[in-house]
Amino acid sequence: MPRLAAPQRRQPRTVPGISAPGNPVPHRSAPRRRLRENWQGWAFMAPFLAFFLMFLVWPMMSGAYMSLTGKSLTGANDTFIGLANYGEAFADPDMWRSLGNTLYFTLISTVPLVVVALALAALVNMGLPAQWLWRLSFFSPFLLASTVVSLFFAWMYNPELGLFNDILMKLGLPPVAWLNDPSVAMWAIVIATVWWTVGFNFLLYLAALQNIPQQHYEAASLDGAGGWRQFFSITLPQLGPTTVMIVILQVLASLKVFDQIYQMTGGGPGGTTRPVVQYIFEAGFTGYRLGYSAAISYIFFGLILLISLAQLFITRKRSA
Amino acid sequence: MATQTLPRPAVQAGTAVAGRTSGRRRKMPLSRVVATAIVAVLAVAWLVPFAWAAVTALKTETEAAATPISWLPASGFTLDAFAKVLGSGNIPTWTFNSLFTSVAITAITLVISASAAYAISRIDFRGKNVMMGVIVASIIIPPPVLIIPLFQQMQSLNLIDTYWALILPQVIHPPMVFVLKKFFDQIPRELEEAALMDGAGRLRIFTTIVLPLSRPILAAVAIFVFIGAWNNFLWPFIATNENSLLTLPVGLQTIKSAYGIQYAQNMASALLAALPLIVVFLFFQRQIIKGVATTGLAGT
Repeated sequence: MPRLAAPQRRQPRTVPGISAPGNPVPHRSAPRRRLRENWQGWAFMAPFLAFFLMFLVWPMMSGAYMSLTGKSLTGANDTFIGLANYGEAFADPDMWRSLGNTLYFTLISTVPLVVVALALAALVNMGLPAQWLWRLSFFSPFLLASTVVSLFFAWMYNPELGLFNDILMKLGLPPVAWLNDPSVAMWAIVIATVWWTVGFNFLLYLAALQNIPQQHYEAASLDGAGGWRQFFSITLPQLGPTTVMIVILQVLASLKVFDQIYQMTGGGPGGTTRPVVQYIFEAGFTGYRLGYSAAISYIFFGLILLISLAQLFITRKRSA
Repeated sequence: MATQTLPRPAVQAGTAVAGRTSGRRRKMPLSRVVATAIVAVLAVAWLVPFAWAAVTALKTETEAAATPISWLPASGFTLDAFAKVLGSGNIPTWTFNSLFTSVAITAITLVISASAAYAISRIDFRGKNVMMGVIVASIIIPPPVLIIPLFQQMQSLNLIDTYWALILPQVIHPPMVFVLKKFFDQIPRELEEAALMDGAGRLRIFTTIVLPLSRPILAAVAIFVFIGAWNNFLWPFIATNENSLLTLPVGLQTIKSAYGIQYAQNMASALLAALPLIVVFLFFQRQIIKGVATTGLAGT
């Protein structure tokens, strides 16, 4: 979270074994020690720093430059064209549509991914027997690759042979064209996504629940507070920080959605589920326009920055 | 094997409920009984995709594509689909690629993140606050933003379609540096001071004192990174085309398009791909859950 970018002030300025009181080390002078600490520090940083510069900072910068050029995947046309790519992207209805799809997915997936996770964790934490079994059931899908999840669900969503329509028809309901109906497809993807990833948030909630001191509940039940009362007056407030963090992590994760959509609908029907990451991918690798693709990446990054700042602002305000 | 082990928890879910209802007489609160029942139903629902995939994979292609659909095929179950999928030889190759790259990514990530975290936590070098700030700020960068320039970079280095391209860009995990740093901060300084007095160097202190004391957090980070690497799709999908270099998730995607309508084989390969991590999970459940819960909180 950006808020952590603040310098670490609470780091004690002492050097182990040297500047700590009562621990004089006679042989080394202060400036030499400083020098040694400096090179040692950078030596320990160096391996990480090398990868960090090479595979994060450099691509970040070269991508920014690329977005200002007409670079294509095939030729070496990297003429500088200024902000033309950005101008084109802002006028591109497909870009806006894919951004809209991404935001829509984020909106409708985050709520169940947080609420269902909380409900499951709260239920399981009620002192149920066979904890391991529930954890196994709800968490194990998270261990699957997106391709496996997509294969499972594409099969269950199959219009004629799928399990879902079979159940609907046995209940006397009309079948649904799960992945082919523009008004249903995104929800179908959300259902698969909740099944796949809710276990992660569930675990985070479970860990947080187990950290709530039991005395709170004991005191509350002595005061005659029932289960629901305890949940709303003790559990939920105690989970506040965890919930804020899970929501933030979940929003950021959902904004990056690509895998399961690409694999289940390919962005269809008619582009109604195509997320912005897929549009970036297609502009670069099927449209051969790396420069344009990089520009959309940066617009997407800008959006993520804005959302993160907004979240930061809201949580700061609330905690103030 | 998956087909035999996976549906089993669903059955046990039922028995767990039954066991609890009898405990009700011993002042088991009604709310807890109800909660157990609800959770059991949900758990069974959660396992349905596994079970349905297993049933399909055990059918013949004809049975799998037959309507009305059935949980028990008329002609009985068969291992045909599994045999065909394994016979094609792709799944073992892709499993090896996934395993090799994930282990390499995890190992490199651990080494470089732990030493960076140690420097930031313990060494008083100039610029360390800036470094910490930069690393933490970089958490905000979404990996998909980097795919185009990374592809370009790998292409100009001639690394596309090599293990290098799969491994190198996946070893930077800024949140993990932060998690490790927080853990190192808690290790008593006295331990290091004593070693320093005895004349041990930094590297020695790091490898013989700090790292051994940090086993739990190193395991947690390793688990988190490994699961992520094992399942990553977008980058490996872009970085490789060569069939013999595909990772399991990417390879599976090509099977899907190749066999379009071979439902039983599709489900068999999906289950085979799911198997390794599920087996690992069954063995290391406690550590994995702890690892994910600890490092998943990396944001705070």
